[in-house]
Amino acid sequence: MIAININGKKETLDEEISLLEFLNAKNIDLNAVVIEYNFEVIDRTSWQEIVLKAADNLEILHFVGGG
Amino acid sequence: MQDQLIIGDREITNRFFTGTGKHASNDIIPKLIDQSGIEVITVALRRLEVQVKEAGQNVADLNTLQENILNYIPERCLLLPNTSGARNAQEAVRIARLARACNYSNWIKIEVISDHKYLLPDNYETIKATEILAKEGFVVLPYISPDLMVAKALETAGAAAVMPLGAPIGTNQGLKMKALIRILIDEINLPVIVDAGIGRPSEAAEAMEMGAAAVLANTAVATARNPVMMAQAFSLAVQAGRLAYLAGLGETKLVAEASSPLTGFLRGCSKNPC
Repeated sequence: MIAININGKKETLDEEISLLEFLNAKNIDLNAVVIEYNFEVIDRTSWQEIVLKAADNLEILHFVGGG
Repeated sequence: MQDQLIIGDREITNRFFTGTGKHASNDIIPKLIDQSGIEVITVALRRLEVQVKEAGQNVADLNTLQENILNYIPERCLLLPNTSGARNAQEAVRIARLARACNYSNWIKIEVISDHKYLLPDNYETIKATEILAKEGFVVLPYISPDLMVAKALETAGAAAVMPLGAPIGTNQGLKMKALIRILIDEINLPVIVDAGIGRPSEAAEAMEMGAAAVLANTAVATARNPVMMAQAFSLAVQAGRLAYLAGLGETKLVAEASSPLTGFLRGCSKNPC
């Protein structure tokens, strides 16, 4: 079991998966989000290469209405 | 008449900017953008609501698909993400970098607020964030309390415009800061965009008449009974105010001055004098 932090909450993964697989499993609209991985903004081209490991910190953000 | 507002490398024709917040439905956003010819529109960046799976739960599709606000904004628009939620310069810089990665555009409206009652911006932290982001190549539009020295510091820091508030955010109080904004317009060599607190098109026109480069209003549009029509009203008022500024307003006088000639009056030879 791998425990990671996602948007301030704990999540456990059953096995090692890539960030891209994780996002797909969550049914997240890939075009709508931006990701900070361990406090670094990462380019979407690297989503496939990153394999999530214990204690990783993910922030998944998107645009919402605002003034 | 060619009268474009140039900020960064963009030429902007419609000087009325609006936001995407507080709308009852996102469906209204493309309608008001199209009907008013809106070019610059703001958005905010927030955490996606991701449902987490705890140990022992079934692996299933736990996340619901959330609406992407970008699907409601025509591509021709210039997206102006804000850093709302930032309480200091560091947080504003973090949000700005994320917004750029999400949006492929380097425009950012800096909003640093730690005052929850009046939502007044922290000018000091805003200057610090502007310095960092301008060096990183952002087109920085800082939201500020109107203050001349702060605006000068922002100019030095590399801001592309300054965005003084007319009144506290969302209050619809109008151009309460008029005297101070006028000083910024007079003294600062950057576009002055009046943002926040503007409640009526007439107030937007007033800001433009005195030389503001543009006006941004979100709440006044979003909370109107008919937001599409209100966006049109604002757009026309901003255009009218701009034309009046360019035309040059006449002098204000205390004593009356006749508009019609003071000679040739028909007097003194009436058939039936009363």
